[in-house]
Order: sequence, then structure tokens, then C-alpha cells
Amino acid sequence: MSATFETLVAVSVPRPPVLGRVRSGLADVATLTKRELLIWLRNPSYIFFTFIQPVMFVLLFRYVFGGAIPVKVPGGYVSFLMPGIVAQTAAFASFGTAIALARQIQKGVIDRFRAMPMARSAVLLGRLAADTVRLVVTVLIIVGVGYAVGFRFQNGVVPAVLMVLLAVGFGVVICTVSGFVGLTIKDEESVSSFGLVWLFPLTFVSSAFVPVLSMPGWLQAFAKNQPVTTVIDEMRSLALGGPLGLHAWQSALWLAGIIAVFVPLAVRAYRRAS
Amino acid sequence: MTATAGAPTWSGPAILVEGVHKAFGEVQALRGVDLAVERGHVLGLLGPNGAGKTTAVKILTTLIEPDRGRALVEGRDVVRSAAAVREIIGLAGQSTAIQEELTGRENLEIMGRLYHLDAKTRRRRSAELLERFELADAADRPTKGYSGGMQRRLDLALSLVSRPAVLFLDEPTSGLDPRSRIGMWEVIQELVSAGTTLLLTTQYLEEADELADEIVVVDRGRVIAAGTAQELKNRVGGDVIEFAVVDPHHLAQAAEAVSALSEHQPTVDAEAGRVALRVGASGSTSLVETVRRLDSLGIRTEGLAVRRPSLDDVFLALTGHGAEAGNGAGVASRRGRNVGHRV
Ligand SMILES: Nc1ncnc2c1ncn2[C@@H]1O[C@H](COP(=O)(O)OP(=O)(O)O)[C@@H](O)[C@H]1O
Ligand SMILES: [Mg+2]
Repeated sequence: MSATFETLVAVSVPRPPVLGRVRSGLADVATLTKRELLIWLRNPSYIFFTFIQPVMFVLLFRYVFGGAIPVKVPGGYVSFLMPGIVAQTAAFASFGTAIALARQIQKGVIDRFRAMPMARSAVLLGRLAADTVRLVVTVLIIVGVGYAVGFRFQNGVVPAVLMVLLAVGFGVVICTVSGFVGLTIKDEESVSSFGLVWLFPLTFVSSAFVPVLSMPGWLQAFAKNQPVTTVIDEMRSLALGGPLGLHAWQSALWLAGIIAVFVPLAVRAYRRAS
Repeated sequence: MTATAGAPTWSGPAILVEGVHKAFGEVQALRGVDLAVERGHVLGLLGPNGAGKTTAVKILTTLIEPDRGRALVEGRDVVRSAAAVREIIGLAGQSTAIQEELTGRENLEIMGRLYHLDAKTRRRRSAELLERFELADAADRPTKGYSGGMQRRLDLALSLVSRPAVLFLDEPTSGLDPRSRIGMWEVIQELVSAGTTLLLTTQYLEEADELADEIVVVDRGRVIAAGTAQELKNRVGGDVIEFAVVDPHHLAQAAEAVSALSEHQPTVDAEAGRVALRVGASGSTSLVETVRRLDSLGIRTEGLAVRRPSLDDVFLALTGHGAEAGNGAGVASRRGRNVGHRV
């Protein structure tokens, strides 16, 4: 058969100009962002993870454990708790990223998109944009619940806004890790069973719910030096007042480091995930 | 076929594959595959699980790159001009790639947006496809509640939103019950009569026979036969008479008794006590003769029947082995019945 067609030379089709490609790429990102948000709103288990579970956590820690945990911050335990819960919720919200990506790969949705004339980056960028919106909503809801149970920002409006932005940024960064996990495991069931395990030690062995100094020495070594504690300490300083400089630098470095490692890994996993 | 408007013209076949190899680690999924599909024709890629069908579709739809060889769709190289290939193809993969939280209409409209159709065209196209695939009544329900057949039809509709010039369907009826399968065949036939070039894969000779102009049989990453359904059936030897003997001791005697009815040797499956004989076009005459001969020898049988040749028969005729999966996995359940040794 080959001999017959040896002389046929492939046609070459000129690519559209860069500007047009960027513009249509942005339109695709917007379409996919809306698509992911619509899916999110329709899915009861996503709603549970984003709203009900964090509200339960706030109430549980505030009223059940709160009385037994002594803290030295203005406003008492609820003030101490809220930045921790906000960060923890933001981190766990990345579960949706891992699950949705694994499911879309498994079902062939990603393959279908990749066989279409749109920028391959649009799928991941659309997801990231949708996840950012999702995180903003989630964080604001938790802060609202916090206000209902006695939490107050004590350091002014600008630091309060910065705390919310840091929480969202932190959540987005964790989404890149979860995205990598989902794209690598590629199986919805395994992701729901194991995709989140790594988040438990990171969020619970941190300063989220109890002061690090109350932990045994060997745990303190880990708890003090891991990124979740650094970010939460910075959020606490923003919310309640306190030293800002050191934790700000450490947080920025940690977040930049995680992005530098996991964005390329996630992109590579996405390219190979067919 | 608006998608191809303004593109350079190409005089060769709509799909051209030459010497394509693809390995996944140790597994040689494709080992030198050649294919050509004329514009407006339907090619059925027929083979058992693991033969390399999906790999071929993924290469042609730019999802993975071949290790060696070249593949052109409307003259566009799937590696070097991948973006241009994506402009003109439609793909419905092996699993239904619909989003179950969204309604049928939403699935379609989002697809239209991603192809940059304007709002009016998008709405009209969605409505038209919903109507055509008998999904209009369910259009505004989440697709999670759709039956298997409805999901498959929507999946096919999604691949048609852009009016592709070349369409790829990977096992479009797998997992469907017989009624939905026939419904799907009707839908595909209608599509084909409109002139779309189609490459579809299947594990069923019957399906390829029904839908394809030309069939290419693949086994373990290689093309082992090509031709029309009729040509393949002729090579297989037409109808097959099959029966099981009640007493296993009669097996050899039964095979001997019927062997004179055909130029082909009967196939004997000792384990299942089955005999199969290819009898060309003379199915019913041979059936009567078979009954007479076995009866005169006092051999009791079960499940005596004439059937159309299956993929397994094609494989048996072409390769001497049944339609086994290329790497051991796969159609184990189908093996027992038809994989036999020759007497
Ligand atoms: N991504 C992959 N990684 C490893 N092996 C693969 C991969 N995709 C396919 N294979 C193997 O390649 C062979 C051909 O697979 P495939 O093209 O899916 O066959 P078919 O679609 O005909 O059932 C099989 O042995 C399969 O296990
Ligand atoms: Mg397949």
C-alpha cells in the first residue's frame, strides 16, 4: 500500500496569527471556567465539601474542643481558630480539582477536548480560574460563619482583605498539587480514597487548631517548619495583629517553591494523560 | 463541510496511514499499520480487544504520536500539522465523554462555544442535533439520568457539532443492548449517507458488515486482512454450521461424518465437545444433510444451528487462532467456544 502513496506530499496549513490565537484561547478559557463552575454547582458532593463540611468544622472546634484549648490571642480561641479553619478548608477544597480531573480523564472528556482546535493549556487554565472562584466563595462563607460564632478581624480592613487573598492564593497553590495527583492517578475511585491523605498530616500537624508549642517536641519540629503553619501564622498576624515580616517571606517562598515544582509536574502529567 | 473551506486541496485519500508503529513500554500496540480511506467512505477497523484499534484512533486524532511512520488526515500530518487536523475531525471515543452533571443541551452548547460558533448558530445546531438523535424530550435533563443508548447518541452528537469532514468513532456501540445497538446503526448510516468520511472500530463482524464500505482486520498491532465484508466472508467460507455432541466419545466420528459436506475442514473444540464447519452459501441445505448423517450414525447433538460468521470465524480462517487479545488480556470469555484445533 505504501508504494502507491509514496509520492503524496502532505499539505501544510498555515497557522492563524498569534494575536488571533491568544484571543480565541482566552475565549476558550472563559467557556471552560463557566463549564466547571456549572458542574460544581450541580454536584452535591462538591457542595458538601465546600460548604457543609467546613461549617461543621467551625462549630465542632469552636464549641466542642475550643473550651479545652488555651490560647494567648486577643478574642480567645475563636480568633485563633478562624485563620486555621480558613486555610484548612482552602486546602481541602482542592479535592474537587483532583476528583474532577481524574473523572474527566477516565471518561475521555479531556481526550475529546484535546482532539479539538483549542489551545491545550485552555483546559488547565479554565480549571484553575474556576477553582479560584470556588475558593473565593468558600473562604468568604467560612469567614461569615466565623463572624456568626464570635470571630472578629482585629487589625483593620486592608490586612483582613490580605488574609482572604492569602488564603485563596494558598488554596490555588494546593490545587496545583491536587491537580497533579488527579492527573497522575487518573482513577476517580482511587482519588477519592487516597487523593487526600497527604493533606491530613499537613493541616492537622500545624498551627491550625492548637498552638504548636502544645505538641510533643518531635512533632513540633515538623509542625513549626512546614508550609501550612507558616501560611496560617501569617494569616493570623494579618487577622489579629502581630509580626508580619518573617512569615510573609517564608510563606511567599514556600508557595513559589510548590508552584515551581508542581505546575511543571501537573502539565507533564496532563500531556501524557491520554 | 465548511471546516475545510479555504484549505489547500489534497488529491489523496481522506485518511492515509503508512507504516505506523507505536509501543507503550514493552507492549507493541501497532507494528507497521497501513490504511487508506477514500473521501466519503466508511472504514471499519475490526479486531478483538487489545488489537490496537484505539491506539490507531488516538494517533489519527492527534492524541498520541506514532513512534514511526506517518498518518495524514485530508493530507494534514497528524504530528506536524496537528492543529490543522483538529480543525476538521470529530471524535467519539470508546467511553462516552459527556459531562453527567450537565444537560444534553448544555453539553452541546458548550461544545459549540468551544468551536466558536455564534450564539444563534450554536442554538440552532444544538436543537437540530437533539432532534435528529431523538433526544429533544430529554434535552434539558442532566445526562446522568440518560440510558446507555441516549448517552451514546449524545456523545455522537457532540462529535458532530463542528460538522467535521472526517469522523472517528471508537467502538460506538460497545456496552449497548441489541435494540440500542440497532438504533445506533441507523443513526450512523444516516450520517454516512450525508457523505462524511468515517473510520469506526468494532469487535463485531456483523457491525462492520452493516456499516462499513471496507473492512480492515487488525490483530496484535498488524493488519491481517482488508476488503469488503463480502470478500472477507468469502475467505471465511460463508455460513457456519455448529453443534455440540452429547456424548464426547462421538466427537471425532461426528467431525468425520460432516467433513464431506464442505471443502473446509471442520473445527473441533474437544473441551466443549463442539464441532463447527464452514459451508459457504449452502447453509440450509448443508444443515439438513448434517442432521441426516448424524442421525443415521445415532449421534445425539445439542444446539445444532447455522450462523453467520463471527469475528472469531474470520480470525480462525485468517490466522488459525481465535480472536484472542493481543497480550493475553481481554476476550477470555469468548475463547472457550470457538478456539479449537483443526482435525
Ligand atoms: N497507555 C497505554 N499504556 C500501556 N499500554 C497500552 C496503552 N494503551 C494501550 N496499551 C496496550 O496496547 C495494546 C493495544 O491497545 P488498544 O489500542 O487499546 O487496543 P483495542 O482498542 O483494539 O482494544 C493493548 O495491549 C493495550 O494493553
Ligand atoms: Mg479500544
